Amino acid sequence: MNRLSHLERLEAESIHIMREVVAECARPVMLYSIGKDSSVMLHLAQKAFYPGRPPFPLLHVDTTWKFREMIAFRDATARRVGMDLIVHVNPEGVAMGINPFVHGSAVHTDIMKTQGLKQALDRYGFDAAFGGARRDEEKSRAKERVFSLRSAQHRWDPKRQRPELWRLYNARHNPGESLRVFPLSNWTELDIWQYIYQQEIPLVPLYYAAERPIVERDGALIMVDDARLPLQPGEQPRLRKVRFRTLGCYPLTGAIESEAATLPQIIEEMLVATTSERQGRVIDRDAGASMERKKQEGYF
Amino acid sequence: MSPADTAAQPTTKTLDAYLAAQNRKELLRFITCGSVDDGKSTLIGRLLYEARALFEDQLSALESDSKRVGTQNGELDFALLVDGLSAEREQGITIDVAYRFFATERRKYIVADTPGHEQYTRNMVTGASTAELAIILIDARKGVLTQTRRHSYLVSLLGIRRVVLAINKMDLVDYSQKRCAAIEAEYRQFAAQIGLNEITCIPLSALRGNNVIKAGEAMPWYRGPSLLEYLDSVPLDGATTEAPFRMAVQWVSRPNQEFRGFAGLITGGSVRPGDEVVALPSGRRSTVKRIVTADGDLGQAQRGQSVTLTLTDEIDISRGDLLAAAAAPAGVADQFEATVVWMSDEPLLTGRPYLLKCGTATVSASLVRLHHRVDVNTLEQQPANELKLNEIGVGQLSLDQPLAFDRYESNRDTGGFILMDRLNNSTVGAGLLHKGLQRSENVQWQALDVNKDNRAAQKGQRACVLWFTGLSGAGKSTIANLVEKQLYALGRHTYLLDGDNVRHGLNCDLGFTNADRVENIRRVGEVARLMADAGLIVLVSFISPFRSEREMARSLMPPGEFIEIHIDTSLAEAEQRDPKGLYRKARAGQLRNFTGIDSPYEAPENPEIHIRTANVPAAEAADQIVAALRNAGMIDRDWVFLP
Repeated sequence: MNRLSHLERLEAESIHIMREVVAECARPVMLYSIGKDSSVMLHLAQKAFYPGRPPFPLLHVDTTWKFREMIAFRDATARRVGMDLIVHVNPEGVAMGINPFVHGSAVHTDIMKTQGLKQALDRYGFDAAFGGARRDEEKSRAKERVFSLRSAQHRWDPKRQRPELWRLYNARHNPGESLRVFPLSNWTELDIWQYIYQQEIPLVPLYYAAERPIVERDGALIMVDDARLPLQPGEQPRLRKVRFRTLGCYPLTGAIESEAATLPQIIEEMLVATTSERQGRVIDRDAGASMERKKQEGYF
Repeated sequence: MSPADTAAQPTTKTLDAYLAAQNRKELLRFITCGSVDDGKSTLIGRLLYEARALFEDQLSALESDSKRVGTQNGELDFALLVDGLSAEREQGITIDVAYRFFATERRKYIVADTPGHEQYTRNMVTGASTAELAIILIDARKGVLTQTRRHSYLVSLLGIRRVVLAINKMDLVDYSQKRCAAIEAEYRQFAAQIGLNEITCIPLSALRGNNVIKAGEAMPWYRGPSLLEYLDSVPLDGATTEAPFRMAVQWVSRPNQEFRGFAGLITGGSVRPGDEVVALPSGRRSTVKRIVTADGDLGQAQRGQSVTLTLTDEIDISRGDLLAAAAAPAGVADQFEATVVWMSDEPLLTGRPYLLKCGTATVSASLVRLHHRVDVNTLEQQPANELKLNEIGVGQLSLDQPLAFDRYESNRDTGGFILMDRLNNSTVGAGLLHKGLQRSENVQWQALDVNKDNRAAQKGQRACVLWFTGLSGAGKSTIANLVEKQLYALGRHTYLLDGDNVRHGLNCDLGFTNADRVENIRRVGEVARLMADAGLIVLVSFISPFRSEREMARSLMPPGEFIEIHIDTSLAEAEQRDPKGLYRKARAGQLRNFTGIDSPYEAPENPEIHIRTANVPAAEAADQIVAALRNAGMIDRDWVFLP
């Protein structure tokens, strides 16, 4: 027989990780953020527990500022895969009227995402939560474990992280403690796109280029997804052909101009982009990268 | 050179062909060993850069950092890409393994990057556990050093057979062929001694880029491949379908009444429907019916695949069992010769129970004897009875139940294990199983017709262990003595095991080091168990300072029959009483390892009975204990077990 391909090995590893969690933890949950990594993770979960359904619910921590298409896709996906979907919105944040314009993105993210996530995990008593983070995302993530231990206060203590050898994961934890588990740790962004292409995994249409109403702010292309986006004097949304590389709260997510309306075109554009973008299309990139960073620090 | 030469990028090919090719890529995991001084960071940085595995923000940061703090006169300083160590030290983060990713046209690579100095054993062992190949860096000016030997030993220990000896900084020895040949000869001689013989030697300059990606002009005498050419072309272990089939059962899939499947990752050989398999350790046999996956049933599955198997027979199989080829089953044993690598600040003590995870099985295990410790620098074997952080030892491992296994040398997944602390659950060690020892077969439990309950019932009582723990001078023996007198007066059959008395006889060979304290309690725990088995109420009065050993003693008894009694006296009070003058000696430095002074006392977290002696005289404490036992139904005469 042939040696397995790299995607086959990554797939088998992710499935193995998910099954370990289900076998050793009392109450796992999958954080579903609707993006491409979450879509791959969910697809792998369906494979891992076939012919049954994944024996855990999906959790989406909503900030009330997600793209409308994301929410529609989220609900359709939960129906398609037949899993329970828990949507949690931080009620205190809503009561305080938190929004990214008045309070700034840092406060908005902290209250609506980070605090919201902790509330949801505590409320349902989840002791293990799957997240779609990858080690190749950032230098600081290169050392993150697959199984990351959190204290009862959800704190990450670097000194208590455990060495991971072979395929032996230590999922043991005391009451109150919990685990964050990253089944996609060893995947790269390119692996994700190739796997989506190979497995024909459905994605939110926002990843594909289309004409969308856009305003340009500090060089970032912001989509006017609903009437809550306060327009500045003289600002006029214009239809531009754009797509999104990462998805989050629409007022905080920059689009890029693109003609890529199919998966192969996106992959091609992404591969070519690494060279051209070296020459200094800083703004798009920073918008994308900082989004990722918030996700790690604040959200997961 | 242009990035396109190595990059994972469609150039002349069509995109579809490109994507098809991507689907066939192989994965190679390797580890780099060496310190920053050897140019390791520069080498990895250059591989990442040339393979274009970097994001633009990393690149622009690299450009500005190179100008600001670089060591290359403003040229790109690749070491900055992967050096995070000083920052980590400032933040107090553990320095450990970082994983880096890059790809070429042929292969995707995962690099385990481990620092050369700090915590090297723990980190190198972790990184090497998943690697197929190792790159050992040598500074051409310095040649084979102690650290080279140490790295090579660890690589060999973890079962990596393929090694690239990267002789770096050739630019600083004038690209001398003679120098290169001398280093290679010296290394090969050493490597052969530790069983490494698939060695490829590549002279290079990571800084100048010679022989990293492409063969450089600088060394025309070198005709071999560049490092990347070698990585791209080295034959990898194929699917070893000849190896016997192994799959640890992770999870039993029962989505409905009709389906019962065993989910797991195949870690050895291959499997087809119709193959006869055996479930270990039980030894029950069956035949594979289907190989179920979400992509349809498979006609064959091999090592590395996650599948779900169904069998033709309804046999009892659960998580922790190993499914193996019936014709070539794995071994089963509960005593092993094993190598242990210790990874915790708290030393490993012989006799202390830990949790062991191998495959998907978790069992209780202790190292009953250490044959020797290995000095990783000299490979010298030294006597030892404990292992400190980053030490490696070989000894006899004893499990509380049988485990299916292969020798680590023949299968890493069924021969490698981790050890976990029973109380805080941290991973404290890792190890390799070398062979099973024969106790299981030769010493069997003799089933006896008269049992503990019969014996206790004959005495009209319930057997149990009353475990008194507390500081020296807390009053344990005084109170235990009073309790025994009361029980005796009630007509109960008792025995009091006292720390000092037992140390005069059974444990006269033990001192007061941590290792000896563990063994002391292990023996007393076993003796108490035997006496309880004889139907007695056993009183144990020992300082027993460590929580783990008390837990071990507890684990020997059925639930409810081990009663931990904490005689709780403050250190100041105990020291002030000092009935035997021991605290005074300890303070004067005449007595070492004295509990409370220079050896810790770990107080019980949830003792069944807690006596605070500050406001309770000994006689009253004894009354309280007897009353508590009566309330728990341990001593009343109307409690009679009918056989």
